[in-house]
Amino acid sequence: MADFAIILISTILVNNFVLVQFLGLCPFMGVSNKLETAIGMGGATTFVLTLASICSYLVNNYLLSPLGLDYLRTIAFILVIAVVVQFAKMFIEKTSPLLYRVLGIFLPLITTNCAVLGVALQNTNKNHNFMESTFYGFGAAIGFSLVLVLFSAMRERLAVADVPAPFQGAAIGMVTAGLMALAFMGFGGLV
Amino acid sequence: MDLSNLHPLLLALLVLGGLALLFGAILGFAAVRYKIEGNPIIDQVDNLLPQTQCGQCGHPGCRPYAEGIANGEEINKCPPGGQETINAIADLLGVDAPELDAEHGAESDIPQVAYIREDECIGCTKCIQACPMDAILGSAKHMHTVIVDECTGCDLCVEPCPVDCIEMRDVEITLTNWKWQLPSPLDGVNQQTIIASDRSPNVEGDAA
Repeated sequence: MADFAIILISTILVNNFVLVQFLGLCPFMGVSNKLETAIGMGGATTFVLTLASICSYLVNNYLLSPLGLDYLRTIAFILVIAVVVQFAKMFIEKTSPLLYRVLGIFLPLITTNCAVLGVALQNTNKNHNFMESTFYGFGAAIGFSLVLVLFSAMRERLAVADVPAPFQGAAIGMVTAGLMALAFMGFGGLV
Repeated sequence: MDLSNLHPLLLALLVLGGLALLFGAILGFAAVRYKIEGNPIIDQVDNLLPQTQCGQCGHPGCRPYAEGIANGEEINKCPPGGQETINAIADLLGVDAPELDAEHGAESDIPQVAYIREDECIGCTKCIQACPMDAILGSAKHMHTVIVDECTGCDLCVEPCPVDCIEMRDVEITLTNWKWQLPSPLDGVNQQTIIASDRSPNVEGDAA
């Protein structure tokens, strides 16, 4: 149990995918203009990342590794992620129209989220077992959502702030993200 | 047959192709299993609504109202569409056309647009948030203005303005913005219709 707690803390804070490993920056900058959409994106990513890390573990462990096809990992994982995203979209649309209305437009965006592929590849590189892979994916997604929500809350305030002309728009966003990354360095050495 | 004795290239092709086939099958199955049965009535009603997205009917936009109508809601809640739209929808659904419900606003013959008296505007951005068409331009603490071409005249921005500097003005018809009146879908009902369509089920002779 303690192992899982360490994995969670490690992925959420210490090795945060966005601010420490710099994966998944596109949705981090792109969907963080509003708190509401950030929460939607966080929810959708959590769902897909957990599912995708489970599926890619299964594909890697029961198909690629026994056949000695480890070099096909990247392309196979991309296939897995695309299918998981598409399937999740259809399933949610049918079973919960309410959830679909909240997450709907963000689901296809996740296909191109490099954090999803990053988690799957790191799982195999670190030789995680099934439960470890699941928790690693889940923790990474929680960390992504946490940072996305925090960042969007800041950007909502930045939107009405009196920012000097050269720093307006994406520039101040990047500066803010950099400062946040610096702050997250403080968690280094926690685990 | 032992798979690992195959040529590595062939094995890779087989495995990836197999994976892709399997995933395609799963998705194909999901597409059938989780198919959404859309209601064709919703689309047809949505087509007849004026698409001003003004929300005067109490719904957040035209499509939600079309869904409401398909679920049995009153059809006389759309002031921008006016009596013409009500008649068209009544015709589509095969019910009697009611009068426009005055509770949701009056129909105006002349199209209107919002106008911001700019020297009174304090730049609070409240009208920008209220506008469903993104037709108001401006930023915090700066004067706002209305993009006339985008404004649908829904008057949703009038209410939130704290200094009451927004008013609705009639659009004057000039040579540059005059448009030919499109024939309404109703015109065919009272006249001899040559081609029968779903739009006009009451036309005599289309039962034949």
